[in-house]
Amino acid sequence: MFEPFQFEFFRNGTLAAVLTGALCGLIGVYIVLRGMSYIGHGLSHAIFGGAVVSFVLAWNFYLGAGLWGFGAAVLINQTTRRTRINADAAIGVITTASFAIGVALISRYRKFTRSFDAALFGNILGVETADLVVIAAVTILVGLMIFFLYRSLLFTTFSSDVAQVYGVKTGWIDTLFALMLAAVLIASMKILGVTLIAAALVIPPITARLLTDSFNRMILLSTAIGAGAGFAGMYASYYLDLASGATIVLTQAACFAIVLLITSLRKRMGRLIHTHV
Amino acid sequence: MEPIVELGRVSFGYGNKPVLENIDLHLHHGQFAALVGPSGAGKTTLLRLILGTLQPDRGTVSIAGRSLNGGPAPQVAYVPQLETVDWNFPVTVEQVVLMGRVRNRSLLPWPSRDEKRRVQEVLDQLDIGQLARQHIRDLSGGQQQRVFLARALIAEPDLLVLDEPTTGVDMRVAETILHLLGDLNRRGITILLTTHDLNAAAAHVPWIICLNRAVIAQGSPEYVFTTETLNQTYQGDMLVLRHEGMLFVQQKPHGHTYHDVIPHPVPGEVPTSAEWGIECVDLPAPKGAV
Repeated sequence: MFEPFQFEFFRNGTLAAVLTGALCGLIGVYIVLRGMSYIGHGLSHAIFGGAVVSFVLAWNFYLGAGLWGFGAAVLINQTTRRTRINADAAIGVITTASFAIGVALISRYRKFTRSFDAALFGNILGVETADLVVIAAVTILVGLMIFFLYRSLLFTTFSSDVAQVYGVKTGWIDTLFALMLAAVLIASMKILGVTLIAAALVIPPITARLLTDSFNRMILLSTAIGAGAGFAGMYASYYLDLASGATIVLTQAACFAIVLLITSLRKRMGRLIHTHV
Repeated sequence: MEPIVELGRVSFGYGNKPVLENIDLHLHHGQFAALVGPSGAGKTTLLRLILGTLQPDRGTVSIAGRSLNGGPAPQVAYVPQLETVDWNFPVTVEQVVLMGRVRNRSLLPWPSRDEKRRVQEVLDQLDIGQLARQHIRDLSGGQQQRVFLARALIAEPDLLVLDEPTTGVDMRVAETILHLLGDLNRRGITILLTTHDLNAAAAHVPWIICLNRAVIAQGSPEYVFTTETLNQTYQGDMLVLRHEGMLFVQQKPHGHTYHDVIPHPVPGEVPTSAEWGIECVDLPAPKGAV
């Protein structure tokens, strides 16, 4: 049962999976409730472009990709606020263009191609101590920001216009949120890969939403589901000999399917009992 | 005494489309006023200028003597239209009401014991004390409106602004809400609301502001609700009736006659307004009337 934990790569990978799962589950609540589910998918693609650019320019990966991702998130936000373009369209244009820059650069400098496999599909077993430090730092930072901005974030997410009237600096909150999101995506990219991050951001919160009508409980449940699926997915991937990132996402999806089934059945049973009484 | 709301020659437009022109408006402490006018008259835009979420193209907006420069108005609470609320959002009544305390800048996510006590007090005051842990979707229209009123009241505002508080609720609930607002006003809160319900406004709100891109008229319902003023405000054919000291306003249906507006008690016989006990104001006698 504890056999895989004797390997350092597995211990590192599991810790990284639990932390990124919790992190994505936590920030995912705000993404889902803001109706921005597509942004996780789009922004991770945009950050991929930034990662390639920073590699070509020999910049630090985290710094280059981080600034690029933050810039893309702010650009999406400003485009949506200042023009008649909807968020989904703005995300589509900005992030796809950014991803295309990455693909174009890779095709131009073919010798770099193999280096970006991990960014695209994740490489949880190749997690190094430096990656763990980054993930832990982002987890602490985002956790603290959400803790101290909890009330303003909740009000802005519920009703941005009204929050502004009550004195919440919604512009600042949106900018800080974009910064947090970019940091989470960069920390998760090496673990889950561009292609799987979106699922990790969306599945835990929507599963939690099925289980509760309380925002506080949704935050706790979503974080726990993300962390739990990270652990279970890693463990399963070892014995089933499957790609770890994909197994984590499949575990989350299975969790969602089970919760959906149970809550739907419970609702039907409730209706039946109500009809027969 | 300095007005709590002061608008000086305010103009605003969306792009090239002017919405409000040269608005001069003063609201004094303790006033209870309703903005009325047709859809697109600029009522919500005017509220947003007062709330500080829009900046005028020209003119000045001051709240309690402080000019608004794109920032939120101080000591102002706002109740939005119910139809703009996301009812599936996972929040309980208590969580919504606590949002009104956001100005307190508490760094802790959870409410203090004092805040919880205050929430319960406000909910009790509005007769929804037993609903604190309910999800907002599970409430009736009247209860939902009270929840958002509770969120506004917990902010302890000097000025309460409400956007169509009687829309989407039945007549009885609308009556209760306006009655409640009257009580709050008597406790010293200045209230400004928008409404399409002219009859309810005539019965409950002592100061009416008729708006259609500009302020057409303002004053007591008896002074403002005349066919002339309302025709000018609504650009339509309005009937104003008085009955037992109350005012009733009705839009004359297009292509219909007076007979369709007032039903006949006996088929074939048209009652006089005196028989109905109704004083028709500015209403010509219909053909065939006795």
